[in-house]
Amino acid sequence: MSGLTAVAMSGGLDSSVAAWLLSRAEPVVGLSMLLWDESQRAGGPRRQAQSHGGSGRCCGALDLGDARRVAQQAGIPHYTLRMDDDFRRDVVDPFVDDYLAGKTPSPCVRCNTFIKFDALLARARAIGAETVATGHYARIVEGPDGPELHRGIDEAKDQSYFLFELSREQLSRSRFPLGERTKGEVRQIAREAGLVVAEKGESMEICFVDSEVEDFVAAQAAARPERFAAAAVGPAAIVAEDGTRLGQSSNHLSSPYYRYTVGQRRGLGVAAGHRLYVLRVLPEENTVVVGDEEALAARGLVGERLHWIGEPPAGEVEATVRIRSRHPGVTARIRPRSGGASREVEVEFASPQRGIAPGQAAVFYDGNRVLGGCWITTALR
Amino acid sequence: MNDLHYFDHNATTPVDPRVRDAMLPWLSELHGNAASAHRAGQAAREAVEAARDQVAAAIGAHADDVVFTASGSEANNAVVFEAGRAARWRGEIVVASCEHPSIRRAAERCAELGMGVRVVPPGRDGVVAAEALLEGVGPETRLVCLMLANNELGTLQPVAEVAAACRERGVPVLCDAVQAVGKVEVDVEVLGVDYLTLGAHKFHGPLGAAALWVRPASAGAPAPPFESHLVGGTQERRRRASTVNVPAVVGLGLACELAACELPARRAHLLALRERLEAALPAMDAVVHGASAPRLPHTSNVAFPGLVNQDLAIRLDLAGYAVSTGAACHSGVVEPSETLLAMGIPRAEALASLRISFGMTNTLAEVDGFLPVLAHEVAALRALAAPREPRAAVVVVA
Repeated sequence: MSGLTAVAMSGGLDSSVAAWLLSRAEPVVGLSMLLWDESQRAGGPRRQAQSHGGSGRCCGALDLGDARRVAQQAGIPHYTLRMDDDFRRDVVDPFVDDYLAGKTPSPCVRCNTFIKFDALLARARAIGAETVATGHYARIVEGPDGPELHRGIDEAKDQSYFLFELSREQLSRSRFPLGERTKGEVRQIAREAGLVVAEKGESMEICFVDSEVEDFVAAQAAARPERFAAAAVGPAAIVAEDGTRLGQSSNHLSSPYYRYTVGQRRGLGVAAGHRLYVLRVLPEENTVVVGDEEALAARGLVGERLHWIGEPPAGEVEATVRIRSRHPGVTARIRPRSGGASREVEVEFASPQRGIAPGQAAVFYDGNRVLGGCWITTALR
Repeated sequence: MNDLHYFDHNATTPVDPRVRDAMLPWLSELHGNAASAHRAGQAAREAVEAARDQVAAAIGAHADDVVFTASGSEANNAVVFEAGRAARWRGEIVVASCEHPSIRRAAERCAELGMGVRVVPPGRDGVVAAEALLEGVGPETRLVCLMLANNELGTLQPVAEVAAACRERGVPVLCDAVQAVGKVEVDVEVLGVDYLTLGAHKFHGPLGAAALWVRPASAGAPAPPFESHLVGGTQERRRRASTVNVPAVVGLGLACELAACELPARRAHLLALRERLEAALPAMDAVVHGASAPRLPHTSNVAFPGLVNQDLAIRLDLAGYAVSTGAACHSGVVEPSETLLAMGIPRAEALASLRISFGMTNTLAEVDGFLPVLAHEVAALRALAAPREPRAAVVVVA
């Protein structure tokens, strides 16, 4: 059983082609994870899960039926693993925590860090596989000091941002067969192979949220009061930076503070002579602070849970920083703060950046190579 | 991938070549509708009635009382729902908790419609105590359901004892004999039940062919309630509307006849396979569930403490051996067996349990080849099961 690779198969186009490509050359087993039981779903009416266009997400909701069919087309065995306990603990609950804390979480990063390349990797090893392969658009490059994480060659599809928290140990047991390909090539491969998923669109949503996010958060918090602090249910107060009350959110039946994301412009429900943006979200007061576009600008950020893929640098480093998944990147100085269990770091941009949302990841690049990253706590004005 | 040795015969069995040969003409040159008046229909009708004779003979019944269905689940559903409907969804149904879901879930639906449902768990030995099942069975009881052999453990249940007591109280009994037929003797009069169900694919017959036997009225007693659950045709003496699946029914008939004729030899062969397996299990620190009770000859439900059954089942599958983590009807996702939990087996042990079930095409050489592979994979998994490093604490910010 040496050299067996387990491919994480969601039933989407990318992981299907990853499985197909590997299966042409080596022993492969397909694994699908049951992460979120339908019966646990809570929230508003189901909304359209699939759309075509660019991708802001890591992967889509599981389509077990398609995963099985592709595995048969590829001639590989396929198994379904129930991992909903891990997923709830490590991805869904922290996601709800973040929203309740007024943050904008990035659940796909945590899913990669704790589920695909930790819990799933452990299960893969339990069944005799040595590595886990996924359909991520990213590359693992063997460097002088061990495996390095690099951007996928398809600029528009690159998913390295979502993988920044992996360790060298995790990378040494991971494979990204699509990293050297473009989305167009991947679809062409699926078409030529006749895979049943060849014409599938991209998933744009968070895989476990099938309603509006605020409804999901409210429903989760209400369903498990012992786990989550009581969430505000009333509409948030919308205030200016000087504290002037501009109004109360009323364009939605329930628009508490956690409906708002820093940088958001639409749906504020207040009229002003000029465009207003969300600057800060204040959970304790169920309040959203809004202001001009200029007020969004920040000269840097403070992050926590600083992570380096390789050896941590001795002192300050310069890198390109992406402050959200589709951010083009900005040159910045990265200064780890010494001491402290929360592993804090200060990032100072070469030019001001807008829309720094606490809860998002700031990921550090040296060219195409991912050095590491941190989780944003505050913007530096 | 390598060849696959198949040790999951409680899920389904390969079709006996003799059965296949009997079916083939009905999939090629012969093709009548058994309800048609012309000669093609007449020939099909005769094939169906001959098969009905074969099924009846295998279970000690009269052919007139045998209804062909498409599956054991259909037959089980039909009995539960018809018993409930005849009672206008009043009164009570009693089911063992280790019954097949086609009975338990049907009873739950009856409960939604207003009936009372009493669920009785098996004991630690995997056998439902007759006294427990019979407790409170009386004038309000519309149906008692007790399978002849459990699908996960193979344990035989006290059906005759329960049926005798129920008959005295005027309560009909449904016996799901799907796993038992072909492996132990099944006789409706010895059992004394009122409904009995069986399915061809569990004993080397085809998929899509099953039968329901309903006790006829006798001098002392009326027939138990049963009206057609499917309507829109007069087939099967008006007890199941649908064009009869002639090739499948022909296969079912012969599979029944062969199983009945060859029962002693089959039993001996299957027992030899299982004894070879179970003799090797103590050295693997494995525990056989239900071993103290009378069991079907071919089923072994084994716990390998310290590992997760699905991991072991996948390793064995990749190594060329098909076994099961439990019943086959649950979409490939592993839950701890409700039956094992109901027996009082701890959750971790239930999640460490495999079901190995042999069939007539298995050989002692296959089992001999399997044992070292099993021992190797069990040891490998136990070595890996050492506790993982604790992960970084989840930062709770709310």
